[in-house]
Amino acid sequence: MADEYKPPALPSPFTNTTPAPTLLAQGAEAHLYKTVSLDPSIPAALKVRPSKPYRHPVLDRRLTRQRIIQEARCLVKLVREGVSVPAVLAMDWEGQGAEESAWGGAWLMMEWVEGPVVRVVLEQWEAWMKKNAASLDESQLQKEEDRVRGLMKRIGHTLGGLHKAGVVHGDLTTSNLMLRSPAQDTTDSPTGVSMEGEVVLIDFGLAGQSTQDEDRAVDLYVLERAIGSTHPRSEPSFEEVLHGYRESHKGTGSTLKRLEDVRMRGRKRSMIG
Amino acid sequence: MALKLETINIPHLPASLPVHVALYRNVQNSAFLRQQLLAGNAEFEYAFIDASLIAESFRKLGIADSTKDLLIVKVSVTPEITHDSVAAHLESSVEGTSVPFDDMTLSEISDITKIKKLYKLGALPSPAAKPDASQPHQDEARRRLELSMLGAIALRGS
Repeated sequence: MADEYKPPALPSPFTNTTPAPTLLAQGAEAHLYKTVSLDPSIPAALKVRPSKPYRHPVLDRRLTRQRIIQEARCLVKLVREGVSVPAVLAMDWEGQGAEESAWGGAWLMMEWVEGPVVRVVLEQWEAWMKKNAASLDESQLQKEEDRVRGLMKRIGHTLGGLHKAGVVHGDLTTSNLMLRSPAQDTTDSPTGVSMEGEVVLIDFGLAGQSTQDEDRAVDLYVLERAIGSTHPRSEPSFEEVLHGYRESHKGTGSTLKRLEDVRMRGRKRSMIG
Repeated sequence: MALKLETINIPHLPASLPVHVALYRNVQNSAFLRQQLLAGNAEFEYAFIDASLIAESFRKLGIADSTKDLLIVKVSVTPEITHDSVAAHLESSVEGTSVPFDDMTLSEISDITKIKKLYKLGALPSPAAKPDASQPHQDEARRRLELSMLGAIALRGS
């Protein structure tokens, strides 16, 4: 029998937290929990980068510390610039461990964003359309297409704001885009899938500060590929992302031109020559 | 006048470590309180988390002779430190008006210009002095300033 999986011990002070943080997701680099801020009525997201036992301890600390600070710096900068991302509430890059001040990893506490990720929204919409599109008349079909295009355009606007602030995301997929649930949802669609709410960018674990057309174009390209592979029915609407992006601020022309080069060669730069 | 001392249990601390918070306005004996710190009087502990930043933190955020508004936070680290013992100590030490520790009172006290300067947030739009429901963008400005400040605090020393 395989042992039941146990997530690594939480770093201090979260071993005391009542109620205990709930594990939401785990990746290769980090675990994501839902917990509360200083006040139990304020929900918060907690990202823990646990220590890696196979890595040299000094190197491990240095890498973890660098990465979590880099992520936090990007988020704090974006909040200041008014780009919609989860705000940083608290962090500890020293990572006091759960037992006897052992290195337990670093953590980052962020504002909780209530709402679905765009991946789920598009998946639900595509699933409904696949099954029921035949029952819609022409104007209903048009309306549904307009909704998706509208969402894509808003995503483009948000990405424009991100890049204008001097940050590139590094891992743009529809799983890293959320829709913050609006106070009042006025969705009127036979699909029952809402596309309302502010677009919020999440997971800045691979983000960095850059104003290079190359880095910006790669961000757009990665998202284009992600939508193409995960949401085939929504793929034709991707051009609206670029429209929204173009409108968002001056100087996007050179980035969009670079995107064409990136499309030709793929994400990786040639190592030859 | 009744002392409004709040005792708060932080979700991330054991129940044995409650935090006591009092907020005063119109403090009359700031010079005396500051002197206790300088004299190293153990009855008046002023704790700062990061030792390397004590001098700077104290100059920017600590008590001065001219201080009129004073926020006091005390963590019960031993069972002898209780709500009543903290209250008794404050009542005998601080000459001022005890006011509720809540958002409303804090918003009346906060000096936006000073906060923006301290946390290098000068480029942000300033929220109005008083919250105004008819001005939703004012709420947005306040939210952005608050969250930017929290971020700056979280990154201090990084």
